[in-house]
Amino acid sequence: MANAADPPKDSFRLSMLVYDTRYRSITIQIVALFLFMGAAAWLVDNTIQNLRTLGKDFNFSFLWSRAGYDINQRLVEYTNDSSHGRAMLVGLLNTLLLAFISCVTATIVGVLAGVARLSKNWIVARLMTIYVEAFRNIPLLLWIVVFFAVMTESMPAPSAFRGDDPAASMLLFDTVAVTNRGVYVPEPLFYRSLGDIDLGIFLVSLDLIAIVAALVQGFYVNRAIVGRATRIQEATGIRPTTWWQSILALFGPVIAVLVALGFHLGYPELKGFNFTGGTHLRNSLIALWAALTIYTGAFIAENVRAGILAISRGQTEAAFALGMRPGRTMSLVILPQALRVIIPPLISQYLNITKNTSLALAVGYMDLRSTLDGITINQTGRELEGMLLMMLIYLLISLTISAAMNVYNRSVKLKER
Amino acid sequence: MKKSVFLGTLTAAGLAAGVVGAATLDDVKARGELNCGVSTGLVGFAAPDANGVWSGFDVAVCRAVAAAALGDPMAVKFVPTTGQTRFTALASGEVDMLARNTTWTFSRDVDLKFTFLGVNYYDGQGFMIRKDMGVTSAKELDGATVCIQTGTTTELNLADFFKVNGMSYEPVPIETNAEAQQQYLAGACDVYTTDASGLAATRATFADPENHAILPEIVSKEPLGPLVRHGDDQWADIVRWTLNALIAAEEYGVTSANIEELAKGTNNPEINRLLGTEGDLGAMLGLDAEWAKRAIMAGGNYGEIFAANIGEATPIGLARGLNAQWTQGGLIYSPPFR
Repeated sequence: MANAADPPKDSFRLSMLVYDTRYRSITIQIVALFLFMGAAAWLVDNTIQNLRTLGKDFNFSFLWSRAGYDINQRLVEYTNDSSHGRAMLVGLLNTLLLAFISCVTATIVGVLAGVARLSKNWIVARLMTIYVEAFRNIPLLLWIVVFFAVMTESMPAPSAFRGDDPAASMLLFDTVAVTNRGVYVPEPLFYRSLGDIDLGIFLVSLDLIAIVAALVQGFYVNRAIVGRATRIQEATGIRPTTWWQSILALFGPVIAVLVALGFHLGYPELKGFNFTGGTHLRNSLIALWAALTIYTGAFIAENVRAGILAISRGQTEAAFALGMRPGRTMSLVILPQALRVIIPPLISQYLNITKNTSLALAVGYMDLRSTLDGITINQTGRELEGMLLMMLIYLLISLTISAAMNVYNRSVKLKER
Repeated sequence: MKKSVFLGTLTAAGLAAGVVGAATLDDVKARGELNCGVSTGLVGFAAPDANGVWSGFDVAVCRAVAAAALGDPMAVKFVPTTGQTRFTALASGEVDMLARNTTWTFSRDVDLKFTFLGVNYYDGQGFMIRKDMGVTSAKELDGATVCIQTGTTTELNLADFFKVNGMSYEPVPIETNAEAQQQYLAGACDVYTTDASGLAATRATFADPENHAILPEIVSKEPLGPLVRHGDDQWADIVRWTLNALIAAEEYGVTSANIEELAKGTNNPEINRLLGTEGDLGAMLGLDAEWAKRAIMAGGNYGEIFAANIGEATPIGLARGLNAQWTQGGLIYSPPFR
């Protein structure tokens, strides 16, 4: 038996690479590798040849030349004298802003809808089924266009707010104006602003940093308060009342900072052609935000439902047997366990949102695709460079999100010992 | 085995590289169809009618080239392109030529590696606004919301104009003329800016054209013309001289009505050379002797094409202005056929 399994050492022939099962898989892999390398080499070679035929070179110096075009939504300083690289940065930040706010709201909508779909209330459960099935099964692009058309076609123009007897009026005590050019909301202003700090690439408001610092500090203090309450509960069985301490810890420092900075609101005001003052949320942003939220929310709802259903019924019954109310059962027993199932598909939904922001093209939102891959490529003729750069940036964003979410997943997954 | 795969790859790469340099005229003839990039729909310049047949001022150039090169003015496949996609479509070979009210600029000609073949319409950028806004000059547009087609020269001119005049504006970027029209009519922007001819063409399709004014300021020079890729001079010559043939035909009084008569021979040698009864201009281009005759018969001479598509008798109602023949005080001028 042992002798038969030994390969005969002196009789290796070339044909054995194909006919001998011991070598065949290796042969196939090597051939496949060479075919793949050949295809890659052909692509690169073809590109180089074509570029040479057209008399074009391959360089990224266009990123430093003057852009010449304007961008309506700018999170950082930008004028038409800025460079194409700067325009790319503006577009990138617009993409990230849209992706971030959409991820946050889609998660909220998705979790609520997923839990509600499992509700014992027949109407709530059926309504959520309709929501999930309707929004999941109609292409995202249509939703974007629908939301955009509703905003553009059915909202009053700014001129409708004019005159002694205007056809339209502002909402919420004259602070919010909903127009067919977007929504104008009050903006935060400071009488005693700390100014900005120059980070080289862009300016960061010191006011914002102060507020965030106050928030983080409040968060840590609150955690200490809750931790202490838990320790007392474990030692004595009685949980001390901490809600007022938590509120004080969370909001006290922020309010103190806001008062110190002289916080007030700047209201939108009709001046000339448009409203001025306030923050202008453009229709394109609103349409994309709403569509991405509701569309992806439907997918997340299904993930959440799957995660909850994956938890054995016995867990709920055990919690009820201990006398827990349904709400606390869900938040303290079921959801923490369900997260293990929910997080991995949630990562891919976040990645989907980020990639789907490139549909911004449909409604003229100036994201990375519209600035770098739209106008810049068109004005400079650098299709190949622009396209490669954009793909690289999207890849980096997606990998970063993926990595961050994997870290979070590791912290919530079942600890095995 | 490894070696043969590698050699095979090299061969494939070599073949693929060889295909790239082939002549456009041969490709077009082999295909039996001219791929012509046009706009996505601008009435008067390039738009499909109710039966899906494209017509318009730019379309007529495509048809004339197809008639000259293939003998059939209808052998054209029209590829609608937006301001953003047109150059990529041309550079990648998806279309053989662009006739899409495209402005001839230095960087497009030199840096983007295209060859502009003349000007078929001298245009300038204008602004359209509702009359009830009470604005009579583009200098009063401070703070306005402006609809603008992205990826165009008008986008850059707009930025320059507002900057020079110390005004601010809110750009609303859009892809196509149809989208711009919808946004403008919905009041999502106060002003729509593009080439003045495009504004007139767009306004002609409104339900209430009398309520919209085109402001008097023309803020740029926009010479519009057909273009092809760098690197195929024969093809460039065919398109260039087809356009020139249309222009020369108007100058010499050759029309679609009298062309059969004149093609029998005249006492004007220039007309004879143009229509192929004298000399061998067609052969020099790699075409037959009657190329220009067919091109002119496709839609008439330059003046006839202008009058039929965008002239004063049409709803668009553009005057010849700069686009009159040089003999009539305009800029339209063809080099001699000699």
